Amino acid sequence: MTKNVMLVGVGGQGIILAAKLLTQGLMEAGYDVKMSEIHGMSQRGGSVSSHIRYGDKVEGTTIAPGEADLLVSFEKMEALRELQYLKPTGTVIVNEHEMPSMPILSGDAVYPTDAVEEIQKHAKTVTLNATQMAVALGNAKVANIILLGTIIKAMGLEQIDWEAIIKENVKAEFLDMNWKAVRCGMDIVA
Amino acid sequence: MKQLFTGNEAIARGAYEAGVHFAAAYPGTPSTEILENISNYAEICAEWASNEKVALESVIGASIAGGRAMASMKHVGLNVAADPFFTFAYSGVNGGAVIITADEPGQHSAQNEQDNRNYAKAAKVPMFEPANSQECKDMVVEAYRVSEKFDCPVLIRMTTRVCHGKSIVTLGQREEVEIKDYQKNVKKYCCVPANAKLLRKNLEEKIKNLKEYAEKTPFNFAEENDNTTIGVIASGACYHYAKEAFGENASYLKLGFSFPFPDDMISDFCRKYKKIYVVEENDPLIEEHLLQLGFACHGKDLLPKYGEMTPDVIRKYFLQQEADLIDYRKESVVDRPPALCAGCPHRGFFYELGKHQDVMVSGDIGCYSLGFAKPYNAMDLLICMGGGFSIGHGAQKVFQMRKGETKRVVSVLGDSTFFHSGITSLIDVVYNNSNTVSVILDNRITGMTGHQDNPGTGYNAKGESSAMMDIEKIVRALGISHVRTINPNGLKEVRETLDTFLKLEEPSVVITKWPCALKKFSKEDKEQFAGAFTKKMKVNEEKCIGCKLCMKCGCPATHMDAQKKKMRIDAIQCVGCGVCSQVCPKEAIEWEEA
Repeated sequence: MTKNVMLVGVGGQGIILAAKLLTQGLMEAGYDVKMSEIHGMSQRGGSVSSHIRYGDKVEGTTIAPGEADLLVSFEKMEALRELQYLKPTGTVIVNEHEMPSMPILSGDAVYPTDAVEEIQKHAKTVTLNATQMAVALGNAKVANIILLGTIIKAMGLEQIDWEAIIKENVKAEFLDMNWKAVRCGMDIVA
Repeated sequence: MKQLFTGNEAIARGAYEAGVHFAAAYPGTPSTEILENISNYAEICAEWASNEKVALESVIGASIAGGRAMASMKHVGLNVAADPFFTFAYSGVNGGAVIITADEPGQHSAQNEQDNRNYAKAAKVPMFEPANSQECKDMVVEAYRVSEKFDCPVLIRMTTRVCHGKSIVTLGQREEVEIKDYQKNVKKYCCVPANAKLLRKNLEEKIKNLKEYAEKTPFNFAEENDNTTIGVIASGACYHYAKEAFGENASYLKLGFSFPFPDDMISDFCRKYKKIYVVEENDPLIEEHLLQLGFACHGKDLLPKYGEMTPDVIRKYFLQQEADLIDYRKESVVDRPPALCAGCPHRGFFYELGKHQDVMVSGDIGCYSLGFAKPYNAMDLLICMGGGFSIGHGAQKVFQMRKGETKRVVSVLGDSTFFHSGITSLIDVVYNNSNTVSVILDNRITGMTGHQDNPGTGYNAKGESSAMMDIEKIVRALGISHVRTINPNGLKEVRETLDTFLKLEEPSVVITKWPCALKKFSKEDKEQFAGAFTKKMKVNEEKCIGCKLCMKCGCPATHMDAQKKKMRIDAIQCVGCGVCSQVCPKEAIEWEEA
């Protein structure tokens, strides 16, 4: 059975790296893995998403609305925007970090206050502020790795040697912080 | 060894393993990463060409000289390269030649949704359609065998999801292929009518042979499931989509080599099944061919005529199945439109240009296409790469013919676009004595596709130092005397230049020269733009009156503190272009102390 994990957020949040680490771990664990990204506008503050699919044999690279087992939103409002992708029985992980879009910055619209509340009404929801947690660890940039930790736990992928995967992909001096970030994320999910 | 590769990475790997000697491309989503990855292989001479036609032409030369060569481009790029493409089919190759087209079903980042499989048929060039990364690599290797065996260029048609989708690829070794001897052969390579007529005749023979190949190639295959009455024919990513939607309830004919079609194979398959469904993206090419062969089928009669044919689409239109969706309130979600980055050198120019209500702005393709959007509203049209100047020229000529019409045209395009085909448009402007104001937004890099070098940057695709074209010198050499190179972050200079040039009755050119805020500076940039992006701005709250005029710059680093009614600047994003401070009527935006 193919499992579908969808990462959503804003350009520059490190979604592409998180997806790369996740898919590499899945591949090395022997799964068939496929992934799709749309990143043409990512450098210009647009929404970004990464579709990750794994199982014995995966066909297409994309996840359709209503098909994601896990929706991980790196930004709070994006979780509400993309909730349609979640299976009604699926789980949402929301980084409560807020990144106002241009209409909000310019005062033409307001940042939604009801995002998490609305999501909780419809789906199993895990909330955290990965960005604050990352700052506490010493670098706001590892928020994506904390979120990777939440995915590992939520999808029951703890048996994969993530430390080795991280070792292959990050510089030696950041290894410790990144590994702490993974553990930190794993601890959040019950 | 196994690796997770995007289709683009796999095409590059295929080129490496196939012993390719020469590759050329012009950047364009979703094809850009093909040449970027090829350029990492020391064995291959990899080049950014000034445009797709030039890329293909240099590939033709490389092939005729005896090397294996590859040109890659986005779908609209093949329109630019169509002229050599059609005649290359006549001459054929010496060393194998492969052309990659990256189509865009669903238009994720393109101005149209054309189906370049039509080019294979129209030019009589054989075509492969990979469905995943493994096939991308394998088909490249096979395409070179086909190219050399049948003496023809080969087209590989990818789509966005194949280009940017990742899947597992088993790597092989590079097969070193010797560069073939070059023999002068005017009957083959000099396509004057007398020779081309014979080549045209030979082409029919080649297609006949390729039809036989199509019946035998392992890239065309049937997958039969027991007790099924449904047969599905698909190509490219649609093969996986169809299998996901129909599962074991159907049998499949996968067309990996789809021009010329394997007619016998298709006919045998169609005869076996009660109901035939065709799944293909963009035009109904397979479907129409089935009808020609005399088989009824369902395809675009039920499916949407455009967009991606993902499993959910197939389920909805073929099987009347729809997924259960969460029913929730999303009214409070605010749009997240892309915006010019903080420090983008296009901001100051579009801020000033947008104030001119009496002009038509003829736009072009690049990051600066965002000039059309709020808050600038500074673009009237955008059609194709390099068209900004010439479309503006035609418009200006007609405005002048209309009695009482005083509208003036400002045409804009970027540095890479100028080298692509804007340069020929500008020649037209000068030659036909237009009074349009032509603006070259020179941000020192090809920005939109993710920072590729171009003839203006001083570096080539391998990152080696190269000739650096001087845009101002080129423009002056064309015979334009009204030329100004300005820093677009200085609003007064932008304003005065536009005002002055809009009064002229002769052609004029403005070059706004300042690097992209995301650019990794070269040695030359560091010298020329010393101090750029090293400072930040901040708001002096005592002076700020909350008038929001600075918001008209559309900078993502500024926002309104609704409670305090004061502007705020995000110190992390701000790179100190200083545009907002020039807009402020109260001088409330100041340089941060160093």
